[in-house]
Amino acid sequence: MTPDPKILVVDDEPPIRRLLKTALTAQSWRVEEAADGLEALDFLRRSKVDLIVLDLGLPGLEGLDVIRRLREAGNVTPIIVLSSRGDEKGKVAALDLGADDYVTKPFGVEELAARIRAALRHRLQQEGEKPVFQSGPLTMDLVRRTVSIAGEPVKLTPREYDLLRLLVAHAGKVLTHSFILREIWGGESDVQYLRIYIRTLRQKLEADPQRPALILTEQGVGYRLVA
Amino acid sequence: MTDAGRPDALLKQLGPAGRGRLKVFLGAAPGVGKTYEMLVQARRRRLDGVDAVIGVVETHGRVETDLLTKGLERIPKKRIPYKGHVLAEMDLDAILQRHPRLVLVDELAHSNAEGSRHPKRYLDVEELLAAGIDVYTTLNVQHLESLNDLVARITHVRVRETVPDSILDRADDIELVDLTPEDLLQRLKDGKVYLPDTAERAQRNYFLPGNLAALRELALRRTAQRVDAQMMDYMRAHAIEGPWDAGDRLVVLIRGQPGGNALVRHARRLADRLRANWTAIHVETGRIEDGAERDRVAAAMRLAERLGGDARTVTAASEADGALDFARANNAAHLVLEAPRNIWWRAPFTLSTAQQLIKRGGDLNIHIVPERNSGGERPVRRAITPVRLDAYAGSLLFSAVALGIGLLARHGLDVSNVALMLLVAVLASALAYGLVPSLFACLICALAYNFFFLPPLYTLTIAAPENIVTLGVFTMVAVIASHLTARVRMQAILARERAGTNEELYRFSRKLAGIGAMDDLLWATAYQVAHMLDLHVVLLLPEGENLEVRAGYPPEDVLDSGDMAAARWAFAQGQPAGRGADTLPGARRLFLPLRTARGVTGIIGLDGRDDGPLLTPDRQRLLDALLDQAALAIERIQLAADIDRTRIRAEAERLRAALLTSISHDLKTPLASILGAASSLRLYRDQLEPAARDDLARTIQEEAERLNHFIANLLDMTRLESGAVAPQLDLIDLTDVVGSALRRAAPLLTRHPVNLEIEESLPLLRLDPVLFEQVLFNLLDNAAKYSPADTGITLRAAREGDKVRVRILDQGEGLPESDLERVFDKFYRVQARDRQRAGTGLGLAICRGFLEAMGGTITAANRSDGKGAAFTITLPVP
Repeated sequence: MTPDPKILVVDDEPPIRRLLKTALTAQSWRVEEAADGLEALDFLRRSKVDLIVLDLGLPGLEGLDVIRRLREAGNVTPIIVLSSRGDEKGKVAALDLGADDYVTKPFGVEELAARIRAALRHRLQQEGEKPVFQSGPLTMDLVRRTVSIAGEPVKLTPREYDLLRLLVAHAGKVLTHSFILREIWGGESDVQYLRIYIRTLRQKLEADPQRPALILTEQGVGYRLVA
Repeated sequence: MTDAGRPDALLKQLGPAGRGRLKVFLGAAPGVGKTYEMLVQARRRRLDGVDAVIGVVETHGRVETDLLTKGLERIPKKRIPYKGHVLAEMDLDAILQRHPRLVLVDELAHSNAEGSRHPKRYLDVEELLAAGIDVYTTLNVQHLESLNDLVARITHVRVRETVPDSILDRADDIELVDLTPEDLLQRLKDGKVYLPDTAERAQRNYFLPGNLAALRELALRRTAQRVDAQMMDYMRAHAIEGPWDAGDRLVVLIRGQPGGNALVRHARRLADRLRANWTAIHVETGRIEDGAERDRVAAAMRLAERLGGDARTVTAASEADGALDFARANNAAHLVLEAPRNIWWRAPFTLSTAQQLIKRGGDLNIHIVPERNSGGERPVRRAITPVRLDAYAGSLLFSAVALGIGLLARHGLDVSNVALMLLVAVLASALAYGLVPSLFACLICALAYNFFFLPPLYTLTIAAPENIVTLGVFTMVAVIASHLTARVRMQAILARERAGTNEELYRFSRKLAGIGAMDDLLWATAYQVAHMLDLHVVLLLPEGENLEVRAGYPPEDVLDSGDMAAARWAFAQGQPAGRGADTLPGARRLFLPLRTARGVTGIIGLDGRDDGPLLTPDRQRLLDALLDQAALAIERIQLAADIDRTRIRAEAERLRAALLTSISHDLKTPLASILGAASSLRLYRDQLEPAARDDLARTIQEEAERLNHFIANLLDMTRLESGAVAPQLDLIDLTDVVGSALRRAAPLLTRHPVNLEIEESLPLLRLDPVLFEQVLFNLLDNAAKYSPADTGITLRAAREGDKVRVRILDQGEGLPESDLERVFDKFYRVQARDRQRAGTGLGLAICRGFLEAMGGTITAANRSDGKGAAFTITLPVP
């Protein structure tokens, strides 16, 4: 039996750390704490964790700098960012620097736990991806390159297939516009293309395209495929 | 009346706060050593540590005086180019800038070079005093306005440079620099007295022992009066009983005859000697005065005010009645008037005003001053009526017609009847064209009468002596009749003009009363003044620190810097400035303050079409009448604006208070629930049923969410109000934002199915998706909050022309019709029924703020297809 995943919580507010420790321990995760960026980096040099929950607004070394340093040092530990409402730019910056997901403060414990689970699962998936992806009515066979909704095959253009393939590969995680554009269109392209492709994908995949249940929009940040 | 501790006397001692002190070194004649004495005292003050500087001192190369100026700082003179020369004048601005404690200004009566701010140096001194700077100055007694005639009579030299007595009256100290005539003459012989070369001969005549003695006496007397006055003020201020009769008052009767100025000066000297207050009055009896008379009266009244007297106009049936009534009503003891001019043919029938006054005056002392036209008055310029050829042609025509009729009827008519015919022609000319043309008709008719009707016919000679009498009588009658008729005509014209003016003034005041907006009022005033006085007009009002042109006729927006300086000065000092005024006469316009009880409200600038004087006294009166009305109207509008401002401020105060109450309520209510629930959980967890514990935990969660929602709204509002909302506009698919908003609002919409009616082919819209999602979220939240459970909400979006309209419709009670606009106000809440949870009162305000930041609009209405509210968002199609 693998040991319970270990999570590092980095936040300067003791009540938040106390809350997270209690809540996450209840999910049978092991929790370590750091009060600021330097302490976190210090801790991570000495030991390894499975996931980091990182507050963006830290005193001294900022959350964004912590992400940058970790990724520059080759550390690929999944990072979930705690950010404040209205700070869409901060979220996008964190994601583009290599954070895996974000939760907006104030948040419910279920929401954070769901994000943590998605990130942990994603890491496992990358280590050994299953050939067939399934979420709700959507089935995607990565080997045979087919897509079906509730058993009905859906015809996608190669671009649409690539886009869906990218979303599936990061299922449950939010992908920023610029990340998707870079991966599918190779960078310099307009976000409007992306919007139009998402719209047609929804029309082909969603039961009610006006109330998408598979491909969700995180306004001002990007898209997320429901895992 | 006792004078115990009279406050006005005490106030007089204190002087206006912040004003500088004026000390005058008064001398009887040039050369007595005023400048020397002034410098000696200034050096003494300097040694005491007083910051004393020289503004202007003329030493005329006298060595002793020159030496005294050493060690005192000198403000360099200002060079003013004038007609090819460069004149040096005291630099008023430099002194104001330097702002010493004390400044020496020699020769108070000096006239400044053209182009200076003030034409007279005493006006410079006034400004220095007003700026809080003490001034030492020198003055010869001959320059005093009230002594001007007297000195001229004594010395036969009329001094043109005069200083109003009020300056000396207001001086804080007067020091008489005295020298006996013998000593002065000795100094003159020794060459110690500076005399300008040009006037040497006149000056030599001036320095006669008799003249000097008389001037010295004047100076001594003037100083003694002044000391007396100070003494009285002191005694009054300290409630010391004195020998004076406080009620003593002198009244001087001003009439239209020449010599009024001399009369006023005489009255002032008499009043000084009697220690009486004095008033100049003019009685209006309804007699029509001609322009020259009115101008003379106005000039004399103005002089009286300058000399420190009151000036009043009273209305009465006769001059004697008016003067006596006024004198009695004001407890006057003395009445001064000029000796009447004898009109021989009236004398037997009527009593002159002077005679009536003496007869009816009772215990009033009547002073009759002989008429003397001192020559100090400039003749009032009268408009010369241009020769109107048509008037003479008309007169000629009248005469010719009368003559024709006379010639036709000569056989049937007596010659004397023909004379009457011709008389009619003369009278007709007088009525139609006035005096001169009618006299012309007189001449024509007399000649024609002689030529055609008096034998020998067709010659201008007269044979019979009785015909000479006839012609003489005819001519005399014609002349007298044309005089009388012309006078009646003139009076009728004047009366008509006045009636017209009055009518126009009345219409103007009615017009002003109907105007509510300041700009309309100013335009109306500018137009009216321009129209009635035939002038160019600008009106300036203060805007913060500056004066700004608010109206002009003909329209004018900017003034050049010289005019602006004059306007500012006029506003700051409340005195006229600019063209024709004492200050900055070089400006193109004349600037006059508009005064009300609250002070100077604005400035009017006047400019004529030609270079003549802008305002005759007549026009001045008309202007005053217009400006009084305008100033009152301006004040009325300003007061109304003040009241509005106060009301708005009160409203803002009320709102702020309501806001605080509301915020504290909205913050405290959920906090109270959370604290209560959390402490219950901690204290009683063991006693509580699991269901109850769950209930408390849910309360904490829900109330915290509510608090979160409220704080988020507050933050959005704050961002909006501080201008921190910078929309990140992008082309957005509306369906996408609707979808994410619905997902976010899903927990609020569990009991409200949302029906989407979004047009398929909607264009992409230029929006900030985050802000727009918030707008939709708030509207959905609002719809859910204000409609009963299990009723649907409709979200409809459609293109209408170059706009896209998004409508959110609920099935609630709808909105009160009167509040359709107010719902977007901050902290406005529709009266909630009991079971409803109050909103934050911010959601809709945020919607409007966000939408406006993105170039959209939002309106509220009630649904036309049933019950419920309808909010409509309108967005432009990019």
